[in-house]
Amino acid sequence: MSTIDAGAALASQGTPAASSARSAAESTAIEIRGLSLTFQSADTPVVALDDINLSIRRGEFVSFIGPSGCGKTTLLRVIADLETPSAGSIAVNGVSPESARVNRAYGYVFQAPALYAWRSVMRNVMLPLEIIGMAATERKTRAASYLSMVGLTGFERKFPWQLSGGMQQRVSIARALAFEPELLLMDEPFGALDEITRDHLNDQLLRLYEQTGKTVVFVTHSISEAVFLSNRIVVMSPRPGRILEIIDNVLPAGRRLDIRETTRFLEVAHRVRQALRAGHSYED
Amino acid sequence: MRTDAAALPAGLRAGAAADFVHRIGPVAVIVAVVIVVWYAAAVWLNAPQVIDRFKSDEKPWTARELIDATWSMERPVLPAPHQIAQNFYETVFQTSIESKRSLVYHAGVTVSATLLGFVFGTVLGILLAVGIVHSPVLDRSLLPWIIASQTVPILAIAPMVVVVLGSIGFVGLFPKAVISMYLCFFPVTIGMVKGLRSPDPLQLDLMRTYSASSAQVLWKLRWPAAIDFLFASLKVAIATSLVGAIVGELPTGAQAGLGARLLSGSYYGQTIQIWSALIMASIIGVALVALVGLLEHLVARRMGRPG
Repeated sequence: MSTIDAGAALASQGTPAASSARSAAESTAIEIRGLSLTFQSADTPVVALDDINLSIRRGEFVSFIGPSGCGKTTLLRVIADLETPSAGSIAVNGVSPESARVNRAYGYVFQAPALYAWRSVMRNVMLPLEIIGMAATERKTRAASYLSMVGLTGFERKFPWQLSGGMQQRVSIARALAFEPELLLMDEPFGALDEITRDHLNDQLLRLYEQTGKTVVFVTHSISEAVFLSNRIVVMSPRPGRILEIIDNVLPAGRRLDIRETTRFLEVAHRVRQALRAGHSYED
Repeated sequence: MRTDAAALPAGLRAGAAADFVHRIGPVAVIVAVVIVVWYAAAVWLNAPQVIDRFKSDEKPWTARELIDATWSMERPVLPAPHQIAQNFYETVFQTSIESKRSLVYHAGVTVSATLLGFVFGTVLGILLAVGIVHSPVLDRSLLPWIIASQTVPILAIAPMVVVVLGSIGFVGLFPKAVISMYLCFFPVTIGMVKGLRSPDPLQLDLMRTYSASSAQVLWKLRWPAAIDFLFASLKVAIATSLVGAIVGELPTGAQAGLGARLLSGSYYGQTIQIWSALIMASIIGVALVALVGLLEHLVARRMGRPG
């Protein structure tokens, strides 16, 4: 159903009415059309992504969900220009992913914290700021403010090995936020954490999203996480990786963790589960 | 021992003493065994000469006299440990440092060549590794040559280096440092190629998301990730660098340095002199490796490593 939305948005972009085209382009963060990606492995080519069509508006929180091998991480990596598609088109902020990457348009949070062991927490967060050549004093205030946002004030001088897994992942989120990208790409950032920590970080992430109004693309394999966080949920299926369904989340903004016990939440979760199940029967 | 420890005010002292015994004990036992075996070997190896001398003097001799004589020869096949210790003490502490007979003077000459060669070798090793990691062409073309370079015996190369450099006006320290460098760049290159390639794909992807330049990737990721590898290589390199410097002193006409000391000792059958030069070389070797270890420890602490 949202694929139809995407089609409409594309159509309006194609019209000669320049103003509406511009507004459509300005409100679109990511535009993907007919995108495929085939990995050339030694024996047989593996179709990781097949005919992906997706349009993500600015300020949206969109989750990709699906079983392992459905290409959700690959799709995120294509958006980040960490993989190159074999066919189709993709625009990030109206330009190619490569230009977007060179313009430092996004912050990326990996599955593992990927902190640099030889840098203190503070200097890990300052790393992207050093690379973009920000002045030292500004780097410090910027890093300190994002560390406080993820609740790590007082840990600036610690080193990664001195932190728990959840704290390390929070450092990596602060690091992704530190250069203030409009777009946040998150690849199962809480996948390796225990449920209590994960709940806490989900809550924090949602508050952060509501405060900053960034566009977030979030990969997960947890239904409850996807439903709790997202405006839209993109359900994917494996072999070949494709989009099964895009579900609009009817839950209102300003969600708190206890919303997960409400009937409405369970209904949305049920829809997602059904869509995932359809993907499996389709595969069999 | 036990009662002494118990008499100490703090139980901690006893613990420390036990720890000391625990650490030093095994080493002390080995040293004692080596010394006993050494004295026995000195008797065994030097006895034929001593017996010949006694026979030519045609006087009767006791076992006691025989043993004393084997442990106090001027040019023994194997000098006794106390003879080496005495010679070492005399040439280190009782000889003016400026004298050509001073072991400290010769050690100083060798150490300066070692350190210069070590610095050259480290810089060359790192530059080669950076080139190899960044350029597939260099990776394919350079590495086989680097490995081949180490299969040529250093004793065959050393005289050529001395002659060639001598003919263009480089004598003394520099040719020795070059020979030393030739030996010690190798472990640095091999270690650093591995070290610079050690960051995991995620850490490299992260740099790509920042669209960092390859110089930034080198300085902020590859280099710090390679530090452990670098120090492991440097410990090997400084030891081989010392060997290189000593070998480099053999074909230089034997003017100064521990190598010259070894060479002149073997010309004149001064085995005691050879052995004290060897002892000095091993003390220097241990000290230099320990120095690199200390530096490693300081760097590790700065990089936030535990312990």
